[in-house]
Amino acid sequence: MVKVALPAHLRTLARVSGDVSLEVAAPVTQRSVLDALEARYPMLEGAIRDHVTKQRRPFIRFFACAEDWSHEGADAPLPERVARGEEPLFIVGAIAGG
Amino acid sequence: MSEVRVLVGTKKGAFVLRSDGKRERWEVTGPHFGGWEIYHMKGSPADPNRIYCSQSTGWHGQQIQRSDDGGKSWTPVGNKFVYEGTPGTHQWYDGTQHPWEFKRVWHLEPSLTDPDTAYAGVEDAALFRTTDGAQSWHELPGLRTHGTGPKWQPGAGGMCLHTIILDPANPRRMYIAISAAGAFRTDDGGESWRPINQGLHSLYIPNPTAEVGHCVHHVAMNPARPGVLYMQKHWDVMRSDNAGDSWQEVSGNLPTDFGFVIDVHAHQPETIYVVPIKSDSEHYPPEGKLRVYRSRSGGNEWEALTDGLPQKDCYVNVLRDAMSVDSLDDCGVYFGTTGGQVYASADAGDHWMPIVRDLPAVLSVEVQTLA
Repeated sequence: MVKVALPAHLRTLARVSGDVSLEVAAPVTQRSVLDALEARYPMLEGAIRDHVTKQRRPFIRFFACAEDWSHEGADAPLPERVARGEEPLFIVGAIAGG
Repeated sequence: MSEVRVLVGTKKGAFVLRSDGKRERWEVTGPHFGGWEIYHMKGSPADPNRIYCSQSTGWHGQQIQRSDDGGKSWTPVGNKFVYEGTPGTHQWYDGTQHPWEFKRVWHLEPSLTDPDTAYAGVEDAALFRTTDGAQSWHELPGLRTHGTGPKWQPGAGGMCLHTIILDPANPRRMYIAISAAGAFRTDDGGESWRPINQGLHSLYIPNPTAEVGHCVHHVAMNPARPGVLYMQKHWDVMRSDNAGDSWQEVSGNLPTDFGFVIDVHAHQPETIYVVPIKSDSEHYPPEGKLRVYRSRSGGNEWEALTDGLPQKDCYVNVLRDAMSVDSLDDCGVYFGTTGGQVYASADAGDHWMPIVRDLPAVLSVEVQTLA
């Protein structure tokens, strides 16, 4: 099971607390994790990536194993520790605004 | 016993204010969707417990929430707004052409007869419709593509479709308004549209009487007289007696004719309300006095309503969708400010009291009158 840590607003929207655990078929990538996340929680469609282009929203970042994966390709394999469920994929709202 | 429900959208969440028909004591619930911008909420005339809500942030984009129990509980519904076909371009701030890009829903207008049907006015300007209770949304592209779209331009707040008026006497007729394009009308249920801006005069655009390009801030109509429209433009308060075919200025003796809101008394179609704002660069009341102005003659002759409103050191704004009326007798009038106050008058504006004083900046106010 892959674990995903959501920002507070999206936990509220999806009505979950804590990390979300998802069945994700290999290879575990940003795209496959987000596909599984949106399939389980359809209200998150459009809140992390664009409905049509599937591009990451500008103020959203992805972190895995203490590294910024925001600019990696959507189909690049995520770290093994994320794929094994030992570390979550962090979806983070950028510090922006005022 | 009648009941009034006031739906308040703010910069940081939604609030529902309830009172009985006396409108003296209020119950305040919220924030719903705390931390999100709530541009607009509106209840269905066909089923008052059905309320649609536009929720957005810069981080997570657009959500639509739906309540089926009068605002007690909410369910996220469809939030996919995709323009039909090739979106095309509109005029940008520097005069170049810029592609249409969806940003947010400014206004939700439920059908007068079907709780599952509603219209959404969005930025960049377009009109969408749902017929399945907001599970899915589809554009009515005839507005955006009727021909003048490349001349539309964003106002300071964006290129937003902020006003949607449904004609109760003619289900095929609808009015919308866009900043900064102007007002438009359809007579065939949204298939085709035409600009209705004849008589508007806007000194801030190259051709002051152009067919489009006018910064219309809000339009209001009394349902009993659907051919008569009132408009608060960027500057100028206007009136049309022929369904928008032509407009006449009725600013009269207002201290300034800049402003955002305009509304009509529920039972007196010639009684209208505005909140004058000092200027386009100073968005607060003149002299620091918050005054609603009422005309009982459909414009031109205006009286200041001040009882219960702050008359010194007040520098709030009242945004375009932040005034509404109930349909009780006497008519109640409500408005919210960027300072977080929601004021109510239970006697058509003669006396005012704050329902709440310290909400986040108010973006919209809608009222439901319940039997």
